Amino acid sequence: MARSLFSALAGAIFGLGLLVSGMTDTTRVQGWLDVFGDWDPTLAFVMGGALIPMAIAWRVAARRRVAVLGNPLPLTHERVVDAKLVIGSSLFGAGWGLAGLCPGPALASLGWGGWGGLLFLLAMLVGMVAAPAAKARIDRITQAA
Amino acid sequence: MIETDWLWGLLGGLMIGGAAALYLLVNGRVMGASGIIGGLVDGSARDQWAERLAFLAGLVGVPALAVLLIGGAETHLSGNPAVLILGGLLVGLGTRMANGCTSGHGVCGISRLSLRGIVATVFYILVGGIVMVLARHVLGWI
Repeated sequence: MARSLFSALAGAIFGLGLLVSGMTDTTRVQGWLDVFGDWDPTLAFVMGGALIPMAIAWRVAARRRVAVLGNPLPLTHERVVDAKLVIGSSLFGAGWGLAGLCPGPALASLGWGGWGGLLFLLAMLVGMVAAPAAKARIDRITQAA
Repeated sequence: MIETDWLWGLLGGLMIGGAAALYLLVNGRVMGASGIIGGLVDGSARDQWAERLAFLAGLVGVPALAVLLIGGAETHLSGNPAVLILGGLLVGLGTRMANGCTSGHGVCGISRLSLRGIVATVFYILVGGIVMVLARHVLGWI
């Protein structure tokens, strides 16, 4: 119960942060990506602001080793840069540039995003379902090479 | 109005990072939006469905309530269904293939100086910028 409660709280603060920062507005995101148009620097401030609490949190996590609710903190992480990371991030970037939404803001703006927001989300879920097969395919190709 | 945009961006950013810090230190999890919903969709996170659904409920419900009460939010989404469908498919496929998006690789990865997080962020911003500029200034789609 406590896990779900704090999880919902984190989701709520995350969503409000996306709303306050303007990241649920596609003109802001696309305005940042459009270096040949009327460039909007807001996204850099959002990313900079978000990195500060998290950089501190990782330092605290390294000392605590165990989360407040008891489970071990995820202190080790994958270090291998592979084809799936590069291809996947490039595909993600293409969709992000095209529509102006990434997964967090797509969810946060669902309440007022109308049919367009719902259509984007449904397509995103279809893409997510298709991902394991695409990953396996890349693995087969890179192993054969 | 324009002059305060960066301040709202910074404040919102601190809230996003604060939420990620809370999720890490209290729940012991990395806050990645694509991973949280993706694990539910493809069934790879069956043991964590309750806390993930709770996260999504907060993420969708609370901003919706805020906009209902205060108003003033606009997504300015494209009116072209093809752009929305293609964009959504690419975002869903790409984030799950790369194991993260702007929150997981961007906020949580870069803040621990993860090489994967930095490489992912360079690629999605670079390709995002190229596609955005092509789609707007060359193809005229958006």
